[in-house]
Amino acid sequence: MYRWTYRIVVIFFGFFLLVNFELFANTEEDHTEQVAGDQTAGHNPEEQGEEEFDPGDFIFDHIKDSHEWHITEINHKPVSIPLPVILYSKTKGLNVFMSGRFEHGHATYRGFRLETSGENKGKITDEDGTMPLDLSITKNVAAMFFSMILLFLIFISAARIYKKNPVSKPKGIQSLIEPVVLFVRDDIAKSSIGPKYERFLPYLLTVFFFILINNLLGLIPIPPAGANLTGNIAVTFVLAAFTLFVTNFSGNRNYWTHIFNTPGVPFWLKLPLPIMPILEAIGIFTKPFVLMVRLFANISAGHIIALGFFSIIFIFAKMSSSMAYGISVISVLFNVFMVFVELLVAFIQAYVFTFLSALYIGMAVEEHNHGHD
Amino acid sequence: MDLLIPEIGIIFWMIISFSIAFFILAKYAWKPIVNALKERDTSIAEAIKDAEKARLEVSRLQTESEKILSQAKDESDKIIQEARDFKESVLSEANELAKKQTHKMIEEARKAIINERTAALYEIKKQVSELSVAISEKILMQELKDPDKQQKLIEKSLSEMKFN
Repeated sequence: MYRWTYRIVVIFFGFFLLVNFELFANTEEDHTEQVAGDQTAGHNPEEQGEEEFDPGDFIFDHIKDSHEWHITEINHKPVSIPLPVILYSKTKGLNVFMSGRFEHGHATYRGFRLETSGENKGKITDEDGTMPLDLSITKNVAAMFFSMILLFLIFISAARIYKKNPVSKPKGIQSLIEPVVLFVRDDIAKSSIGPKYERFLPYLLTVFFFILINNLLGLIPIPPAGANLTGNIAVTFVLAAFTLFVTNFSGNRNYWTHIFNTPGVPFWLKLPLPIMPILEAIGIFTKPFVLMVRLFANISAGHIIALGFFSIIFIFAKMSSSMAYGISVISVLFNVFMVFVELLVAFIQAYVFTFLSALYIGMAVEEHNHGHD
Repeated sequence: MDLLIPEIGIIFWMIISFSIAFFILAKYAWKPIVNALKERDTSIAEAIKDAEKARLEVSRLQTESEKILSQAKDESDKIIQEARDFKESVLSEANELAKKQTHKMIEEARKAIINERTAALYEIKKQVSELSVAISEKILMQELKDPDKQQKLIEKSLSEMKFN
């Protein structure tokens, strides 16, 4: 017991050192980028050391997607993994190259430019001012691939043990995943869908573990983890859209009757003005919309709070360096606390998304007889 | 604000990779895992049922053996009782028979004794009467020599005889 507690403590402190390290590096990068921007604008290089630290930029640069995977910074030079850029535009056709060509936004390649400021910051624009279709393997996409590989490794290796020995007691990786799988099966799928749960179990398990593993990876600040994937609205949008499709494609007669001819509602709410049907039809979309926003907001908020605490150090550093040292202790302690909260949130959000998806599916496949009760 | 606008690139990759992840995991991970869990559940349920059945069987056998045991005990008791009864009846019968036999023998002995006594008495009486006749003869021979005496004796005898 003691040995494990010790290990966990060491791992966590390791995380925090790394978080610190990365964030210091990030601010430095921010700094140099601004320096670069100022140089192009023709400012005096002497003044650049006094550049204001902007916590907003600092936080949102981390929260948002990026075309390169920033690792650290050595002597004001960013060290990052270049990622593939895939662009399609009507005039130039399909272009595939590595993001290293942009030299962190300093260079133009094949007429494309990586914006470093302005409203299109972080996006790739064409020289003629249009926006190409950007299907690049960005930081989030790469993180997603990594999480998929992790999912495959964990679950396919576990499945192999299960196939070999279906009735023996769980061991190794089985003991790690089995309680969670059973939880999803019994407390999410079975309890909210009912007897037909087995058809939807693979979807619910995939959603649950996809969200969970990406929430957890988001807490680890070193590549290939650390991307704010489940806090990206495009990702949550797709997950919610899948739930929307699964719900509506499996909806039975009762479900559609409930929407278009809601039982137990006075007829003047349906005719001549179909108020109830319209409301119910909106409801089809609001449910997954809420799923999308909840996951996105919760995970993003966690990242923003953690980064906010670290920003405080740099804000105080502008006043005096001793104050920054003092505040860094408090800031790190708060972040330790936040990571524990975020660990909890990672599980809760995976649970809530899956549970509500199961609930919506359950409502769509439920067999109930309004006419007889 | 573009934090809130889904990027088409991520949507594109997310749809593709999530679908692939779903199909691969469904086929190679969830199916075997869920099936194995189900199989384990049923095997555990069956084992519990079997154990319950075995327990019932054991208790049934136990009651049965107890029943058989008590039956055997009853039977042995009965046999012992019967033997005891038989012994008693045999004994009493033998007793009875012996008693009867003894009785009979005693009776016979008594009868024989009576007979013997009667015969002996008869013999004694005969001898006595013979002796008395002989004695009487001798006395008479003596006495009757004198006719007086004869007369007297006759008279005396006669008077005596009256009392006998």
